[in-house]
Amino acid sequence: MASIAQAIRMALHYGEENMGVKDIFGQDVGAPLGGVFTATQGLQTAWNSTLDERGIIGMAMGIAMAGDRCVAEIQFADYIFNTMDLLKIAGNTLWCTNGQIQLPMVVMTPVGAGIFGSVYHSHSFDAWASRLPGWKIVMPSNPLDAYGLMLSAIEDPNPVLYLKSKALMRHKGDELIPGEPVDEKELKAMIDKPVQNADGWKPRWPELEKYMVPIGKGKITRAGEHITVVTYSRMVHLCDEIADKLAEEGISVEVIDLRSIYPYDWQLIKSSIEKTGRVLFVNEDTEVTNFGEHLAYRATQELFYQLMARPRVLAGKNLPGIGLHPNLEKNSVPQLHDIEAAIREVVAEVP
Amino acid sequence: MSKKTTVKTGGKAVAGKTTKKAAKPAAKSTVKTSKKAAVPAKKKQSFGGLSEEILLRMHDLMVKSRVLEERLIKIYKAGEAYFWIGGPGEEAWGVPLGMLARKGFGPENDWLHLHYRCTPTMVAMGMTMIDSIRLMMNRATDPSTGGRNFSSHYCFPEWNVAPVTSPLEVQYPIACGTAQAQKRVGKGALSIVTGGDAGTAEGDFASCLILASRKGQELPVLITVQNNGYGISTPYDGQHGETHIADRARAFNIRSRVINGNDPVETYLALKEEMEYIRKTGKPSFIEAMVTRLYGHSSADGANKKPALFDPVLSFEKRLIDAGILSEKAAKKIWEIYETEGVNAQEQARQEPSPTPESVWDHVYVNNENADWRKF
Ligand SMILES: Cc1ncc(C[n+]2csc(CCOP(=O)(O)OP(=O)(O)O)c2C)c(N)n1
Ligand SMILES: [Mg+2]
Repeated sequence: MASIAQAIRMALHYGEENMGVKDIFGQDVGAPLGGVFTATQGLQTAWNSTLDERGIIGMAMGIAMAGDRCVAEIQFADYIFNTMDLLKIAGNTLWCTNGQIQLPMVVMTPVGAGIFGSVYHSHSFDAWASRLPGWKIVMPSNPLDAYGLMLSAIEDPNPVLYLKSKALMRHKGDELIPGEPVDEKELKAMIDKPVQNADGWKPRWPELEKYMVPIGKGKITRAGEHITVVTYSRMVHLCDEIADKLAEEGISVEVIDLRSIYPYDWQLIKSSIEKTGRVLFVNEDTEVTNFGEHLAYRATQELFYQLMARPRVLAGKNLPGIGLHPNLEKNSVPQLHDIEAAIREVVAEVP
Repeated sequence: MSKKTTVKTGGKAVAGKTTKKAAKPAAKSTVKTSKKAAVPAKKKQSFGGLSEEILLRMHDLMVKSRVLEERLIKIYKAGEAYFWIGGPGEEAWGVPLGMLARKGFGPENDWLHLHYRCTPTMVAMGMTMIDSIRLMMNRATDPSTGGRNFSSHYCFPEWNVAPVTSPLEVQYPIACGTAQAQKRVGKGALSIVTGGDAGTAEGDFASCLILASRKGQELPVLITVQNNGYGISTPYDGQHGETHIADRARAFNIRSRVINGNDPVETYLALKEEMEYIRKTGKPSFIEAMVTRLYGHSSADGANKKPALFDPVLSFEKRLIDAGILSEKAAKKIWEIYETEGVNAQEQARQEPSPTPESVWDHVYVNNENADWRKF
């Protein structure tokens, strides 16, 4: 099975071969490194940008404005903050020009904690991103979705922010990407640059197929009856694990992998809450003005009389940063035991 | 809001009486400017070898742009618009730029990444007065923004005119992106970027110098700065350690010069030369044009003409008259014709529809894909 980093690389390859992607760029994105997580290794159109996040986003806007497709990378979301007003402009350009100028660009950036990345390699960006109207925002949790969401992002005529969990870069899924060799050693031999003697190395790409995950469509990863847990990205796996554990006790947890932050799959959330009457929103961005709060608000407004318990949001603590020591990180973003406790609490609540 | 249109009666900048349709009949008589016989031959000037046709065209467009800007200011002062910002005083720079740009759609043509003082460039490219006035008066018919943005925030995709945005300097790195696409196509097109002097302190300005000049990956960008000596109230002196802003480009091995942007002839020749250089080499070039902020920063500081400052339109007009290329009578007629056009355009724009409240949801996403989360 491909890792998420390999899945992204294959999607970008598919994009440059078949979908008109002409520039894949960012810091250390081109040869020799191919990205700090190897997600852009061996790609034909990948090049190294200057060490200038605003330059990267500005350039991407210009390329998109001129009608070419590009995928730009900000090396870590921790360093995207100085591009905020360019992101705002990219999001408002179509609107400000009354529909005249489209910016079909993809910006991808690694996000989140989970690897003890200390203060400046642990930031989340989903809550910030949800305040950028005009952008679509996706956040895959597994390689197949990473592939399918990247192709959808490339094809979309709007700017799309592709938030990839650092901790999931090496994560492998349980479904093959269409065209991916069954044997993962074979895939590695084909598309991973060898660590030694890499001079003149070229990837041998598998015959990949088009596979799209529609933006705005979530997915149920665990079906259940007693509570709905709405989450995305890295937290999907923690929530799934707790769902499996609680199932043994007869607590039936439905887990929704939202996959897209905006537009989001309200119909899926709604029908699940109508069934369970209880809901917990889990993500790792800081908790004050968190995207989960918007969903909890909406659940309260639209489903108030169907709810059996107060909707909850479990998110990162409202701290200036995530400290390096495991004691610090683990007490800053949701852990398995936090998720378990929150689910038990919501399930136990008597109306 | 007032429903009166302030009419200027002649070539002089006298705010005239207010009438509703008085100016209409005057527009009927279109007058040829080239009645050579009537023009007394005076001092011979070389005008850098530019043809009389180009000189007269420049003058005509400079007058048109000035009359339009003064019309916009009157619209503001009459309470028919919320805010004015624009480029009166920059005609001698902006008009040649608009005349020389390779106008059209797609990467074979030049891209223009302008700021809010570029009415002269747009007029020279062929924008009609009414389209500027529609923007000023936030009409639904405003082709640039549909009534969503301030005056002078132009956008004309059919001519590769990128949207003007308020955040200073962001246009500089964006220009490198369109230049990248133009370079790929290889048809000698370039991306032109303009901005003010104070804004060059923003990092985006440096981003552009760096992106455009990387060795072996140079980009066809004409990087320009219009130095009017101020950022709102803050004078140039005290904010800059460099002698000229143009000196900064030299550090990146970008060809660079300072020009008198108050002289349309010098500007025309310099722009032509630099554009040819970029088209030929694919490399960037830099121009710092010294210009005049003739009506202050914006309506926020009054938008009144500063009589002590150099007026590039009137001075160029005088040069042409002195040289016998233009007659006083013909010049006066040009002002009158554009004045009438402006008045009529204002009258018409006033009748045109406003954007509807529901239209706020339009164009958040392409093809009006639903943006309202309540409807997901
Ligand atoms: C990023 C940003 N900061 C502040 C402002 C507010 N502002 C608008 S114009 C201006 C002065 C700009 O001066 P300069 O760059 O010299 O251009 P000029 O207006 O003189 O042509 C300022 C500070 C802005 N629009 N954008
Ligand atoms: Mg200035």
